Amino acid sequence: METDGKTTKPTRRMFASQAAALAAGWVLTACGPKRLYEAPRAQLKKAIEDMERQYRERLGVNVSVSDAPPIPGVEFAYALDLSRCIGCRRCVYACVKENNQSRDPQIQWIKVLSMEKDKGIDFSAADPYYAPAEVPEEGHFYVPVQCQQCRNSPCTKVCPTGATWTEKDGIVVIDYDWCIGCRYCMAACPYGARHFNWAEPEIPKAEINPNTHYLGNRPRPKGVVEKCTFCIQRTRAGRYPACVEICPVGTRKFGNLLDKDSEIRYIIEHKRVLVLKEELNTAPRFFYFYAT
Amino acid sequence: MRLAILILLGIAASGAASDPKAPFAPAASAERPAGERLDVPAPPFSEGIFPCSNCHASMPVNRTRRTLTDMHTDIVLKHDEAHRWCLDCHDATNRDFLHLASGERVAFTESYLLCGQCHGEKLRDWRAGVHGRRTGNWNGTKGYLLCVHCHSPHQPRFRALAPLPAPARPARPGD
Repeated sequence: METDGKTTKPTRRMFASQAAALAAGWVLTACGPKRLYEAPRAQLKKAIEDMERQYRERLGVNVSVSDAPPIPGVEFAYALDLSRCIGCRRCVYACVKENNQSRDPQIQWIKVLSMEKDKGIDFSAADPYYAPAEVPEEGHFYVPVQCQQCRNSPCTKVCPTGATWTEKDGIVVIDYDWCIGCRYCMAACPYGARHFNWAEPEIPKAEINPNTHYLGNRPRPKGVVEKCTFCIQRTRAGRYPACVEICPVGTRKFGNLLDKDSEIRYIIEHKRVLVLKEELNTAPRFFYFYAT
Repeated sequence: MRLAILILLGIAASGAASDPKAPFAPAASAERPAGERLDVPAPPFSEGIFPCSNCHASMPVNRTRRTLTDMHTDIVLKHDEAHRWCLDCHDATNRDFLHLASGERVAFTESYLLCGQCHGEKLRDWRAGVHGRRTGNWNGTKGYLLCVHCHSPHQPRFRALAPLPAPARPARPGD
């Protein structure tokens, strides 16, 4: 330190405070927050460029990764008409294709449960492996289950690293780079909606969907958890999720809960609506209803 | 007092007299498609069948209810067939149109108006975006389909489909 042309030795206090300030500065800039949740915009842009470059090198596909933020004034919700679903599983495979789910080992975000009309909604008597020649089967109805995007989500509460959270538009997302694969969230989810990559995911190169979102369908590594994101890459661009568009019987409905003219609001106001496992107080944004 | 009752009766009578005509015109025009919502694709005609007047223009109209033997034998009516036949929906005077129970002509591109005469609650839900398949944008132009894109008008029950493969059962050690 220089005062009046003389050098004085730094005091212990000065050294300690300046070293602390330097360390803090280094932490905040160089190795700063890496979670995508809290990354500043510029850092996010850079992280996404890195992702795109890595995908190009690793997969040989030009994957574009979107960083579209939540749209202000939008809270997504979903409704599924139990009186119409015929259990054809078109949604399951449209979802697999759109969201780059591993074909082997098989990961499917949507599970369609076949239930008996006599028993009603009874998960202990539900069969996901039904395979008749034609659906619907006599005396059966079908309950497709995927992430319920809970308002009171048990999965985000148990994550020890903060790698999963609820976005402002109501979508529960996962930061695949921050997930340590402990699978606490899978144990916490009462809907079986989260899936683990036990092995390196395999997708034929020609079938990779290159339109991705950093919190959604970008290709995942081995050892992380993944789940339905309401097709975040589509819905934040104004489109319907892939499962809504493919459904041949129009059983799947999607929209903005905060828009009083949306389909979702019409359904909630006019139809008989229920949520799965209501007693657990998870408060899903995924509603089931009977249109007739 | 008596005068008042007479006047009231008179008003009621005149109201009743003008009623039958009044609701028709405005109601029909209000139901006409307006805006993006009812922008529907062309109806799924069998190839070469439309316009119907190509063949029917030169044919005399036979309004007797009968089983068709020369043409359209592939059409099997399973849609309240005990009470209905072709000319209850198809217009006999202009073959390229359908008609409502009122006799009002309806184009094939607006056939949902015809279906909605009986299935009013479905038409209401469809307009709201709740009945039927949706494509496009949740906050923009929504893709609608006509009733007949999914339900054959002659056999409207939705056909059974072959399901896609069941998920793989989880592997267990020792399997």
